[in-house]
Amino acid sequence: MISIRNVSKWYGSFRVLTGCSTEVRKGEVVVVCGPSGSGKSTLIKCVNALEPFQEGEILVDGVSVGDTKTDLPKLRARVGMVFQHFELFPHMTVAQNLTLAQVKVLGRSPQAALEKGVKLLERVGLLAHRDKYPGQLSGGQQQRVAIARALSMDPIAMLFDEPTSALDPEMINEVLDVMVELAEEGMTMMVVTHEMGFARKVADRVIFMDGGTIVEDAHKDAFFAAPQSDRARLFLSKILHH
Amino acid sequence: MGGYHWNWGVFFQQVPSGGATYLDWFVQGVEWTLLVSAAGWAIALALGALLGVLRTVPSRALRGFAAAYVELFRNIPLLVQLFLWYFVVPELLPKALGDAIKGSPPLAQQFVAATLCLGLFTAARVCEQVRAGIESIARGQRAAGLALGLTLPQTYRFVLLPMAFRIILPPLTSEALNIIKNSSVVSTIGLIELSRQAQQLVDYSAQPYEAFIAVTIAYLVINAVVMYAMRWLEHRTRIPGYLVAAK
Ligand SMILES: Nc1ncnc2c1ncn2[C@@H]1O[C@H](COP(=O)(O)OP(=O)(O)O)[C@@H](O)[C@H]1O
Ligand SMILES: [Mg+2]
Repeated sequence: MISIRNVSKWYGSFRVLTGCSTEVRKGEVVVVCGPSGSGKSTLIKCVNALEPFQEGEILVDGVSVGDTKTDLPKLRARVGMVFQHFELFPHMTVAQNLTLAQVKVLGRSPQAALEKGVKLLERVGLLAHRDKYPGQLSGGQQQRVAIARALSMDPIAMLFDEPTSALDPEMINEVLDVMVELAEEGMTMMVVTHEMGFARKVADRVIFMDGGTIVEDAHKDAFFAAPQSDRARLFLSKILHH
Repeated sequence: MGGYHWNWGVFFQQVPSGGATYLDWFVQGVEWTLLVSAAGWAIALALGALLGVLRTVPSRALRGFAAAYVELFRNIPLLVQLFLWYFVVPELLPKALGDAIKGSPPLAQQFVAATLCLGLFTAARVCEQVRAGIESIARGQRAAGLALGLTLPQTYRFVLLPMAFRIILPPLTSEALNIIKNSSVVSTIGLIELSRQAQQLVDYSAQPYEAFIAVTIAYLVINAVVMYAMRWLEHRTRIPGYLVAAK
């Protein structure tokens, strides 16, 4: 579903990504972890072309992301993305956040879009808040709306960039629960997170990044049992024992 | 104030040339100030919004163009710009067009030059406000819009601009007040707006205090109305919960 082949990226002369390669198959959940600044966000932003890259190739469902002929809005509409800081549109109600792109991008009727939105709000347990503005919701609620907004486009895959790191501890689980459910339903997911409980529970593979390279890319069990590199071992021991 | 003879009735007296009262003159001054300011503001807002967007787009050429506009119009004194529009530009245009302009009624020439000048000058200032407003939210919101499949223009139209304009309403209010104050320069090309009318009232009526008091009050009232209207707009477009949630 998502093929990342030998991707390198520079910010000016600074090399952020070096020869990254991995594969996320249909229905697979891949967790990406690694120290801050290791290039995790940059890598998943390359997947839906929010960041350009200079070398290598990324294919999403067979479509080349880097190809200048690719219709990027169309490609992005098929890949859901959830951000660390939610990024709901503050001037729109929850319902409007959920319907805007359905109507403007997919061409659904406002009626059909709202029906879809209502269903998804029900699913994330926020139907009662449909007419509120994002600023009137807690962080956990906002992130669940953001997930529902991404799902409203019927994506073929979902990207998450540290979806729980901006949340107060007591709200982390309500968001993780939605993500676990999504994973169990077979959604293809690429998740940047340090929530190792989530990784243990639903991930198929874990990718460990450091200094812009993919240092480790292993089956979940293998990764947690015995990380191959010292860097991954050190990282794991740090985040598991704090 | 010993010997001063107050006479507010002066406003109902005929002006020396006849056919109008001093009050008519005063009202005309108010009208020209409002007309020039409002028309200039319309240009400034439309062009400023467009330029502000261009300042933040990915294309380096478009960003550079908008930046050059701002530098040019911000750094030439307003008075000089006015003279350029009124005296120089008609000479630079193709002869037929230039002659047509010079042959049109003087008042029309003055009004067009004054409006263009104030509008294009203020657009540079509005542009910088719009740019700042967009930049304050663009980092995450642009990505969120694009990630949903919106095109870049759609992202500006539905996501970035509605928030940016709400954020910059207070500084836009100052710019609106500025354009009213700046409109007094158009008297230098002969358009008799409010400040010039004050001078004229003093010269002809011999009642300087009444004239200046009336004109001052007129400016204060105009400013108050603008401020009140902008407050109302701020209130109308306020987003429930937004200030509380602002980071
Ligand atoms: N727009 C940018 N310009 C220059 N450097 C950047 C930019 N964005 C990120 N970086 C740098 O790239 C590196 C990787 O960043 P990022 O992908 O955000 O890391 P992570 O998500 O793993 O914390 C960091 O060193 C960061 O400072
Ligand atoms: Mg990151």
